[in-house]
Parts: sequence; C-alpha cells; structure tokens
Amino acid sequence: MATLNIVNKSPFEKRSLDQCLARINEGDALLLIEDATVVAASGTAYTEQLTSAGKSGALYVLQPDLEARGFADKPLVDGFNAVDYKGFVALAAEYDRVHSWL
Amino acid sequence: MEEEYSGGVEKKFLYVNRRVPHGTVYALESLETVLIGAAFDQDVSMLFIDDGVYQLKKEQNPDSIDFKNFAKAFRALEMYDVEKLFVEQESLSERGLTESDLLVDVEVISREQTKALIDQQDVVLSF
Amino acid sequence: MSSIEVEGKTLATDEEGYLENLADWEPAVATVMAEIDDCELSDNHWEVINFLREYYEEYQIAPAVRVLTKAIGKKLGKEYGNGKYLYELYPYGPAKQACKYAGLPKPTGCV
Repeated sequence: MATLNIVNKSPFEKRSLDQCLARINEGDALLLIEDATVVAASGTAYTEQLTSAGKSGALYVLQPDLEARGFADKPLVDGFNAVDYKGFVALAAEYDRVHSWL
Repeated sequence: MEEEYSGGVEKKFLYVNRRVPHGTVYALESLETVLIGAAFDQDVSMLFIDDGVYQLKKEQNPDSIDFKNFAKAFRALEMYDVEKLFVEQESLSERGLTESDLLVDVEVISREQTKALIDQQDVVLSF
Repeated sequence: MSSIEVEGKTLATDEEGYLENLADWEPAVATVMAEIDDCELSDNHWEVINFLREYYEEYQIAPAVRVLTKAIGKKLGKEYGNGKYLYELYPYGPAKQACKYAGLPKPTGCV
C-alpha cells in the first residue's frame, strides 16, 4: 500500500511540503505541482531534504508547471522525474491512494 | 453510484485537518463534508495534525467575530457513527497543548502511528 | 430578497423560504410558514420543531434524518421512531420542511 502525495504550494510560503515530508511513508511518492514545482529545481534550501526523500520513495514534478515558472532548463534535484499531464493521471491510477496536501 | 452504495461497498475514508479554524473556511468545509459522507455509511475517521489540532480547542467563542461556533458539532459526530477522532501528539506538543485542552474525546497518536493510519485508508481528503 | 410577514414584521428569507437570521425566529414564524403550506401545526409537529431547535442550539447543525428519527423514537416511543411517522407530519421531507419551520438553515447533510 502506497500513497501518491501531492503538494502544490511553495514551501517558502506554506508549510504543506514540510507537513507532508514529516509523514511520508517508505515507498510513497511525492509529486510537486503548481507553485511547489519551484523547489524541484536544484539549489534551494529544500534540495537536501528532497534528495533524502528520494531515497525512500519516488519524486515527480509536473513539467508544464515547472516550465511556466522558468525552470525548464534548470537541473532538477537528484531523483526527480518530470511528468506531463498524462503521467500525472497514470501516477494517480498506479498508487493505492492520493493525498493532496492542499 | 446509488447502486454501489446500496451494494454495501464500504471504504475507509480519512479526513485530515491541518488548519486553524475561523481564518479560512477549510475547517468548516471539512466538517460539513464529513457529515454528508456519514450519510453514506462509510468507515470514516478524522485526523487532526499541525494547526488542525486548534479546531478541537475548548472554549472557542467565534461569536466575538460573528462566526458560527461549529466546534460544537464535533460533539454530534458520534450520532453520525463517526467515532474515530485521532490527534497527533507532536502537533499538540509543538503548540503547548495537551489532551485536556480538547473539547471531545480523541485518541492521541504518535507521528509514526499517523503515518500508519494514512497507509490504511482507501481515500484521504486533506483540508 | 424574499421575505415573510409575521405579526406585522417583515423577516428576510432565502428564495426557498428559509429564514436568513436565526434570531428572527419565534413560534409565530412556524405557524405562518405552515399556513403557507396549507398545514396546521399539531403538538406532534411542535415536538419535532422544538427538538430541532434544541439540537441546533447544542450542536450548531441540523440533525440528519436518521438522527432525528432515533431521537423522536426515544422521546415519544418506538412506534414513532420511524421515517413514516415523520413523513406523515412533514410530507415535504422532515429535514427540509421542519427545519424551515424551526428557523434553521437548509440542511446540507440531510438526505
């Protein structure tokens, strides 16, 4: 049993990413969308924490949201995979449940 | 949908509450969703973590800001067969609260138990 | 905005006839609303209305129908604790019609 955790706020504004990472289970996935995509790009204060999260579960970022914010060509934090909307849907179907940390 | 429910498909629903009440509409919306969901005979639990623990704080008086005191409705949940209320210990401690500050009986669980609880659900709705 | 005339006072309602302000309620409101629906309120009707008002005061929500049924059954005896009895009193639906007469908001959770 594994959860697809979705975060959509920048952790520099809201605490939802921290709240999620504090309660993520081994084997769970994390998908960053909307404003949260800014920390999928390497070099932020969250890079280390996300890198270590990537060692116990898969990391995804929604490419169109990342691109919209000007990070299309920036290197991602180690372990991140970019997905398009189809990939988003496939992930939602693949995991046992989706937890959207609004 | 109708048929599926009458066919007795019971799912485990977890409502995760993470916000202070009254400043936004999340807490009230969550409670209303729970009450509506309870009419469909599902297996419902509520979890209060982070700022969500403030929703259960005793002695709220939102009359002072002309808001409805919906915290009273938490005491009605039992009648709706919503009997599983979980509160995370770490979230209480961070905020200087203890179980005695809360207005209903709850089960206080650790962060590790919180993770396990989420992992047992069919549906997780976070507010 | 819609309204209802009760003993010379004009009280605001929504378009379905529910009171806008709970504090406007008085027993005459229920009587007037019932007259509009061609319904005369008996003691049995009042039992339900009073129960709804007490419940709302206590919990700030209108009870779901099964909660209401159970409570009425407890209060008046088992033979009254069923949907049939409540529907006979309130043919438009016990939750909707009785909540309206009791001055409560339109129930969201009631099916």
